[in-house]
Amino acid sequence: MPRPHLYLLLALLAAFGLSHFSDRIDPYHLDIIIGIGINIILAVSLNLVNGYTGQFSLGHAGFMSVGAYLAAAVSLFLGPRLLGAEGGTALQQGMLFLAALTAGGLGAALAGLAVGVPSLRLKGDYLALVTLGFGEIIRVIFQNVEFLGGALGLNAIPAYTSIFWVLAFVALSVFTVTCLVHSTYGRGFLATHDDEVASEAVGLNTTRYKIVAFVIGAFFAGAAGGLYGHFKMTITPTGFDFTKSIEIVVMVILGGMGNTVGVILAAILLTLLPEVLRPVAEYRMIIYSLLLIVLMIMRPQGLFNFKFGRMKP
Amino acid sequence: MSEFLQQLLNGLSLGAIYALIALGYTMVYGVLRFINFAHADVFMVGAFIGYYMGKLVPENTIWGGLVVLLVAMIGCALLGMLIERLAYRPLRGAATLNVLITAIGVSLLLQYSGQVFFGATPRTFPAVFPSVNFALGNLVISSNQVVVIVVTALLMVGLQLIVYRTRIGTAMRAVSLNPKAAQLVGINNDIVISFTFGLGSALAAAGGILYALNYPSIDPLMGVMPGLKAFVAAVLGGIGNIPGAALGGLLLGIVETFVNGSQWSTYKDAIAFAILIIILLFRPAGLLGKVSAEKV
Repeated sequence: MPRPHLYLLLALLAAFGLSHFSDRIDPYHLDIIIGIGINIILAVSLNLVNGYTGQFSLGHAGFMSVGAYLAAAVSLFLGPRLLGAEGGTALQQGMLFLAALTAGGLGAALAGLAVGVPSLRLKGDYLALVTLGFGEIIRVIFQNVEFLGGALGLNAIPAYTSIFWVLAFVALSVFTVTCLVHSTYGRGFLATHDDEVASEAVGLNTTRYKIVAFVIGAFFAGAAGGLYGHFKMTITPTGFDFTKSIEIVVMVILGGMGNTVGVILAAILLTLLPEVLRPVAEYRMIIYSLLLIVLMIMRPQGLFNFKFGRMKP
Repeated sequence: MSEFLQQLLNGLSLGAIYALIALGYTMVYGVLRFINFAHADVFMVGAFIGYYMGKLVPENTIWGGLVVLLVAMIGCALLGMLIERLAYRPLRGAATLNVLITAIGVSLLLQYSGQVFFGATPRTFPAVFPSVNFALGNLVISSNQVVVIVVTALLMVGLQLIVYRTRIGTAMRAVSLNPKAAQLVGINNDIVISFTFGLGSALAAAGGILYALNYPSIDPLMGVMPGLKAFVAAVLGGIGNIPGAALGGLLLGIVETFVNGSQWSTYKDAIAFAILIIILLFRPAGLLGKVSAEKV
């Protein structure tokens, strides 16, 4: 892809332009768009780990929760001190939110490093279980920290998340992941995915690639968590359990592992699906799980894994 | 001291249930090398079959309880074989991840179907076995705990006999050792795998009923946590190793009960996962598993 930076700049400008029309969009639709955006960030970042690098992680919701809590803590506890009682100007709020999201992302990245270094020695279903285990441990810890609300979670988080921030982070995550895997360095992720032994034989440090993918994936999961917290305005530890991780994994699989375009489409589809299936809400999840099984048997490469958007070998 | 013994006893009866579920994980892993995520939900279905059967037989009788147990075990054995036939057999030989994801899909399917058919609200499990409390000095032993320990012990002896004293058991061990070679000496792998699923699911059903006797509030998501913990137990003992699963289950049950009785009781759910992580990092083969070098 030529001139990726230009695309990023254009996307950011478009997001900024679009945010001026946000009050003309129906609030219900706006909510759905923000939900889609957050899911795209989660799915695209998990795709770097599960798809491109081939390390099956089931703990993405754990990193999301770290980001959500840290970002919420920054704007709840630091916000009033920095901005004063009136809440400051829109620009000041924006700066604070950016700082909160960055803090959330960095905290999640740090958690990703702490989880990744020991567990990435494992492979396949064992790795899946250890990441699942870490995700659950993170949840139990949050349930026990009184300072962060314990089992009740944090409430009254300022509603800073707007369509601009969501679209900006969508653009940033897609940009980062795409540029990374298309770079010379990034070929190492694909090599690790394709054949670990062969990659090590030609001198690639596969462990480092796995950890880098894990940390970057965790960073965006954390940022998405921050966006989610400031969108829903309330977060609880149970909102980030095993089920949430599975939901993100399903988006990656449905889109086709290692295919950013497909994963984005899948994230959109799977966020819209519950809205469309609202009349048959009871059977929604049954349809969803049947879809997963049938898909794995009939089309294991993913629903949207067409020729385009796919890395050439 | 008596408090220690009491906790040990409670831990033992919880551990016995974990052990029953862990056996199913470990046997399926032995023959197919994948984690059957849906196993935990077969456990849930077992408890629900018990719930509906419990209404048909007279309460508080030993034979009634045994009938409930038997019907649930047969029902879940059939369910396990059906799941294997429809979802896992088409994927024989596919990548591990695809099978793992299918297993997650089956698990979700059972949970959500359960929510539609059984309803999401928790039900109270009927007292199918007579319930008395025996006092032994300062110890209080409930008859349900006795039932759990006796039934588990009998089932494990039975399993050991099946695996080591019958033709099908020999075939199971052969498939687990080397599926291709087993096929070459004339073993029908599909039948063996199907039988393994049936056996494991029957044990899960027994586990489900015994669990429901001690924690008599059942709902379609009740399998998730015990299932994950039983899996940890299987890994702790050495996955693919039948005595290992029993040992792992008992150990985990005891550790968890003691943590629950201490000041860190709110971290109860994290303990199992912490054990899992420590075991996988330092001794991935488990306590009783054989360490094997990886071949390239």
